[in-house]
Amino acid sequence: MLLPLAALAWAARGGNFWEAVTTDQSIAALKLTLVVSLLVALVNAVAGTAIAWTLVRDRFVGQGFVNSLIDLPFALPTIVAGLTLLALYGPRSPVGVDVAFKRAGVVVALLFVTLPFVVRTVQPVLLELDREVEEAAASLGAGPLATFRRVVLPGILPAVLSGVALAFARAIGEFGAVVLISGNLPFKTEVASVYVFGRIESGDEQGAAAASIVILGISLLVLLGIGGLRRWVTRYDR
Amino acid sequence: MTARYVIRFGALAYLALVLVGPVGYVFYKAFEHGIGPAWDAVTTPAALHALWLTLEIAAIAVPANTIFGVVAAIAIVRYRFPGAGLVNALVDLPLALSPVVVGLSLLLLYGTGGWLAGHGILFAVPAMVLATMFVSLPFVVREVVPVLREVGTEQEQAASTLGASGMQTFRRVTWPAIRWATAFGIVLTTARALGEFGAVSVVSGRLVGQTETLTLHVQERYESFDTTGAYAAAVVLALIALATLILMNLLKPKEETR
Repeated sequence: MLLPLAALAWAARGGNFWEAVTTDQSIAALKLTLVVSLLVALVNAVAGTAIAWTLVRDRFVGQGFVNSLIDLPFALPTIVAGLTLLALYGPRSPVGVDVAFKRAGVVVALLFVTLPFVVRTVQPVLLELDREVEEAAASLGAGPLATFRRVVLPGILPAVLSGVALAFARAIGEFGAVVLISGNLPFKTEVASVYVFGRIESGDEQGAAAASIVILGISLLVLLGIGGLRRWVTRYDR
Repeated sequence: MTARYVIRFGALAYLALVLVGPVGYVFYKAFEHGIGPAWDAVTTPAALHALWLTLEIAAIAVPANTIFGVVAAIAIVRYRFPGAGLVNALVDLPLALSPVVVGLSLLLLYGTGGWLAGHGILFAVPAMVLATMFVSLPFVVREVVPVLREVGTEQEQAASTLGASGMQTFRRVTWPAIRWATAFGIVLTTARALGEFGAVSVVSGRLVGQTETLTLHVQERYESFDTTGAYAAAVVLALIALATLILMNLLKPKEETR
């Protein structure tokens, strides 16, 4: 594992690194990746928390089935995810929605693959949360919104944040789900992973390696951030 | 309690739009003209070869990662050694790293001018196995580590004071405690190994009938405008994913009630 990564760093070395990273196409791809991933992470923060809440606090028929569906994006190969989205929301869409070769398509693809992260980090925390405190807040006259903001949210916030960070990291590096639906138009829908793939295909290993180092750096930062978040959350436990 | 219903239907609608709708629709499209064309599409020589190659790669990568995973988990939890923290952090890296970057680093290591060039590894099965091992590395480790932490060392110490050798202690005490976690990790590793696309795509050379896995076959069929073939192969992979989900659900309760 270390040897390949070392080879990557070695290939990206030298004075050309900065030039390779700052080509217009490379900057456009990296920028798009960051913006889209942030957007996807934010949507996940809201949707993931809502889904987790529905699974823990709500009761309805078929809940167990919905619960096991959440892991489907983990189990489903990413290229299949991309293909399914293209079938329903592509040029031959039966519902008249065509996001193929658009930035919206990239967002939808990333929403699909990152769906489980926030749900699966928030769910166990929400299960552990003491309901008595919420009932106390409600009996003291707090509305549902105030109860959520003052009582529930502080409890689940670390879990939401670490789920969001995982989703963000996944979105930064995603390739399979995006490659079909984005159309890979440089400056428009080309994300960083696809850009790296394109550089490899055209034999520009140094350009590919340079952009990869940037992606690798972001991934490492996010991982370190999650580790730091965990230590911060458990700081009173020790 | 209208808020409850708003959240419930919001959450379910989101799931339907992003997840259930697209996956269900591909099943419908694959069998739109009946079972026949779909069956023909997944039994072409290229599709069958892709399926076998995928299984072959998984058959090497999964056992390798299982053994590595259990050994690494025991090393991380039970022994103090310099760099343990680094190993722990590195094990998680494949989860956050883009598969294309993984593929590229293997390409640079074994490709022309690389440190380990030659040996016929690149654009052949060995490189594909290596790529698959890389991306599916964390799963067994991550499942086994928390269980090992939780069971503690008391029983193992008791076993060794009663005269059990290291091997006996592992077989009689440690292994029964971690076997369900290991099984769960194996399921996740297998799913990831069968579905890997990005890393394998870079190092395989994508030669139809030679180095094409099932995921690569889906892309190649789609780009050759054979949507029936692409949907049919995608359905095979989706069925494997569903089987994985069922296995995960069967294994999970056992893990919790142990």
